[in-house]
Amino acid sequence: MPTIYIDNKPYEVKAGKNLLEASLSLGFDLPYFCWHPAMGSVGACRQCAIKIFKDEKDTNGKIVMSCMESVKDGLRMSITDSTAQAFRAQIIEWLMTNHPHDCPVCDEGGSCHLQDMTVMTGHDYRRFQFKKRTHINQYLGPLIHHEMNRCIQCYRCVRFYRDYAGGDDLNVFGAHHHVYFGREKDGVLQSPFSGNLAEVCPTGVFTDKTLKKHYTRKWDLTAAPSVCHHCSLGCNIIAGERYGKVRCVVNRYNSSVNGYFLCDKGRYGYEFVNSVNRITEPLIRTLPVEAVDEATLMNHLKDLVTLYPLIGIGSPRASVESNFALMQLVGKENFYQGVSGDTAYLEGRMTDLLQQGTVHSVSLKEIESADAVLVLGEDIWHTAPVMALAVRQSVMKTAAAQATQQNSLAAWHDAAIKELVQEQKGFLANITILSSPLDSISTIAMRNNPDNIARLGFAIAHLLNAGIPAVTSLTEKEMHAAKHIADALLHAQRPVVITGNSCCNEALVKAAFNIVQSLSTPQRKAGISFVFPECNSMGAALMRASSFEAAAERVRTDNNCTAIVLENDLYRHVPAAKADAFLSQCKNLVVMDGLHNRTTEKAHVLIPAATFAEADGTLVNNEGRAQHFYQVFMPVNTHIKESWRWLGEMKTMQAKASNGLQQHPDEWLAKLEITLPQFASIAKVMPPRHFRINGQAIPREPHRYSGRTAMYANLGVSEPKPLQDDDSPLTYTMEGYAGIPPSSMIPYFWAPGWNSGQAVNKYQHEIGAALREENSGICLFASKTGALQFFKDSPEAFVPRPGKHLLLPQYQLFGSGEWSMYSEAISELVPEAAIILSKKDAADLGAVNGTLIIIEKNDFQYRLPLVIHDELCSGIVLASAGFHGMPALPWGSWVKLNV
Amino acid sequence: MGLVFLHLFRKKETIQYPEEKIKLHPRWRGRIVLTKDPDGGERCVACYLCAAACPVDCIALQATEDENGRRYPEFFRINFSRCIFCGYCEEACPTYAIQLTPDFEMGEYNRQNLVFEKEDLLINSQGKYPGYNFYKVAGMDAGVKEKGKGINEEPAVDIKSLLP
Repeated sequence: MPTIYIDNKPYEVKAGKNLLEASLSLGFDLPYFCWHPAMGSVGACRQCAIKIFKDEKDTNGKIVMSCMESVKDGLRMSITDSTAQAFRAQIIEWLMTNHPHDCPVCDEGGSCHLQDMTVMTGHDYRRFQFKKRTHINQYLGPLIHHEMNRCIQCYRCVRFYRDYAGGDDLNVFGAHHHVYFGREKDGVLQSPFSGNLAEVCPTGVFTDKTLKKHYTRKWDLTAAPSVCHHCSLGCNIIAGERYGKVRCVVNRYNSSVNGYFLCDKGRYGYEFVNSVNRITEPLIRTLPVEAVDEATLMNHLKDLVTLYPLIGIGSPRASVESNFALMQLVGKENFYQGVSGDTAYLEGRMTDLLQQGTVHSVSLKEIESADAVLVLGEDIWHTAPVMALAVRQSVMKTAAAQATQQNSLAAWHDAAIKELVQEQKGFLANITILSSPLDSISTIAMRNNPDNIARLGFAIAHLLNAGIPAVTSLTEKEMHAAKHIADALLHAQRPVVITGNSCCNEALVKAAFNIVQSLSTPQRKAGISFVFPECNSMGAALMRASSFEAAAERVRTDNNCTAIVLENDLYRHVPAAKADAFLSQCKNLVVMDGLHNRTTEKAHVLIPAATFAEADGTLVNNEGRAQHFYQVFMPVNTHIKESWRWLGEMKTMQAKASNGLQQHPDEWLAKLEITLPQFASIAKVMPPRHFRINGQAIPREPHRYSGRTAMYANLGVSEPKPLQDDDSPLTYTMEGYAGIPPSSMIPYFWAPGWNSGQAVNKYQHEIGAALREENSGICLFASKTGALQFFKDSPEAFVPRPGKHLLLPQYQLFGSGEWSMYSEAISELVPEAAIILSKKDAADLGAVNGTLIIIEKNDFQYRLPLVIHDELCSGIVLASAGFHGMPALPWGSWVKLNV
Repeated sequence: MGLVFLHLFRKKETIQYPEEKIKLHPRWRGRIVLTKDPDGGERCVACYLCAAACPVDCIALQATEDENGRRYPEFFRINFSRCIFCGYCEEACPTYAIQLTPDFEMGEYNRQNLVFEKEDLLINSQGKYPGYNFYKVAGMDAGVKEKGKGINEEPAVDIKSLLP
């Protein structure tokens, strides 16, 4: 490790870094704007100036930009040099000549990088006598607010939006001191990562528009570390609350999962917590609403859980604790997964393959550093957006690594590397049903139907491993592609194959598994990633319960059951007729959920369940990584409780005593480990609830939290006792441990002098790497060596059937998903539900764009307008999936279409 | 003894309060008010700085916006039973909205009556600092003035122009 001298003190630093990164890693406060740990340096803002010296005798030195200078052994630099300090102060003063005087009404205020840096350099008085430049703002859609006056021209926004995230509708216009960052004309930002602009922008040009509607400063938020519930990736988030409402969601850095960025669904999909559609009171159908208090409810439930046989329907969106609590209450053999048989089978299959341990399930971080990626069938842009972002980074980084092999350019040298790379790309083969924005960076982009994609996968596997039978009758184009892909994967060191269950096709999973197993050698670290449909699909699948169909069969034969449905709208998972039949055949139906839906309408007893913000729990993401989310706030309405707490109380009634029963998440997890060995070591995901640092708990509120004695003074002038959190080491006060808490329990990023989210620098042991003593979640799959088994049953080539079409789901980032729709901003962006057909099929039906098409299967009928897509294979029909209010369609089956 | 008699004939310092009212300085730190700008608009922009500065945390508010994007407090609450009249809120206020006034007659029999809401705090006056309108100098367009029409502002940039 090279040694550098900062202000004449020697420090050991990591080679290959620049001086800015090295200084920040060492804990120095050095101001910067244009540099971003995920995006590298361009040396545009001139803010991070330091002085470097030729040798120890050199007293003059020269000013350089620390972000543009590599670490060299024996290098001498000064941060505190008075000329360098004056230079930095002057840069800020110049930037401030045009920065408006609107911090009081700026949403960035209090978490503003520009404020922090201005204070850091010491600039405090405006000497400039002349006028300020002004700009007209643009409408950028419902997610991002634009206030162009505040711009300091650091170029971070366009570097993130265009270079990092691949968007093309935000750009820089104009010249000299008139440069303008915006769109060509007003309009909604198209990138699904646009929300990150609010965090990337060092000042308030781009701010969170949903936060603006119920604005609260960062210092006033009661915040807790949480995990995003909108897809299976389990991105880490921080949710903030004030006055009983969730106000905003920001990124929580986790080096193995989401790094610095979130997708817009994760960032803006929180408002369902504040929805008027929340279930707030327990309800017993036979009693009037006001007659049901907690005692009545518990008495009623006591009869239901002790006098009748119990069955439990779990949920892929409820936490592991809640699912397990239900399993404990009803008994293992009476516990069913709340998803259809087909989904349960496919998810079980994917889980089995990962559990075998012969293939490595990759994290998002590993996808980012992959050097060849193959996507089979899954439309990750819509089903796992942050994974798509990671794939994009893999393509860009691989290209950069190839280009810099010949010279000594360091990886952080962003602009220089872009010049060198030009249009060169790393290897990505994106083989999907419909085109995706990833195609523009793909080496191979092919459209096909799932069976043929799987056949292509099998052909690739055959080329990699002769033991797998060859696929016959491939077209020449497919054969050529298979060879190209196999060749690229073979030459890669860290190839990754991605697929999932959105094509409802098992052969795809088998093909991906074959490829990765063939590629895995001691020298080559090949990885696989399966995308799951919901946030805890993997956790639910790991419980190995039967599917919904088995539960339906059970109530058909035994009509005296009490069924407990846990946080699950069955109508989204199974056809309405089946769900109706099941719900009507249950003698007693107890439903617990956060929001009203079609299943809760049928409940005989309805119990209000806490959403992610009001609950503690654990989720297992698509990789098999268990992550804990903490309660953000305790609802004032004491009826709203975590499902596992309700179920625990029911269990106590059933067992007649609470001795030895679980009451807290850590106890549930400990019990889970013992009961189901596949969850071994999951309890390490959170420290015991009595965990304290120096005897102190971790405060959810920053030390500047305001208004304690006035917030609820209108209700009663005497302040109530602070809320007690018995379930976790976090507290509901601003008092407690003031240092850096363990990485999985960081409620907000803040460091002295660093109020913005950039304070994350101080939490990392090295810039851009893991957090200090990072607990990035518990991976439930250990790699094992064993006899490699390959699948040899490649599917038959897809043949369209006359008069029938294969129905497949088409997911949309905005629209699919049960709860993100309750965010007003997201609901504005949802495209219209539609079915998609190829030109030929549409012509055969005599339909044009917009014609209403009826999907028919047996008695089932559903009508949607048509959109014609040229690239879709004939014989297939795609329909919008998971939209609000839409029933579960018979995915993966052959349906009849009528005009 | 002589000193006592000397003082007997001096002017009296004691005021016959409450019959006689004390004359206080305009900058005396008493009852807190929210003022209005010269155009009659609410001066408070709900920036939360007073709440953050308050050492006893007795100020709570919630920001909201009108259709022009002008920010104002949805509610503004001061718990005077906690207030120590330190004046930090006034010092922190960037818009001269919150001001302390020379009025101390706030005694109440019921402590709950010392919780003042916005309608109790807002006065129809500019208070001690006449003439200041934050939105005229803040750059942004919040329905008070258009972009580039404020004090010390250049006209809004024409981004299509490449002229120097």
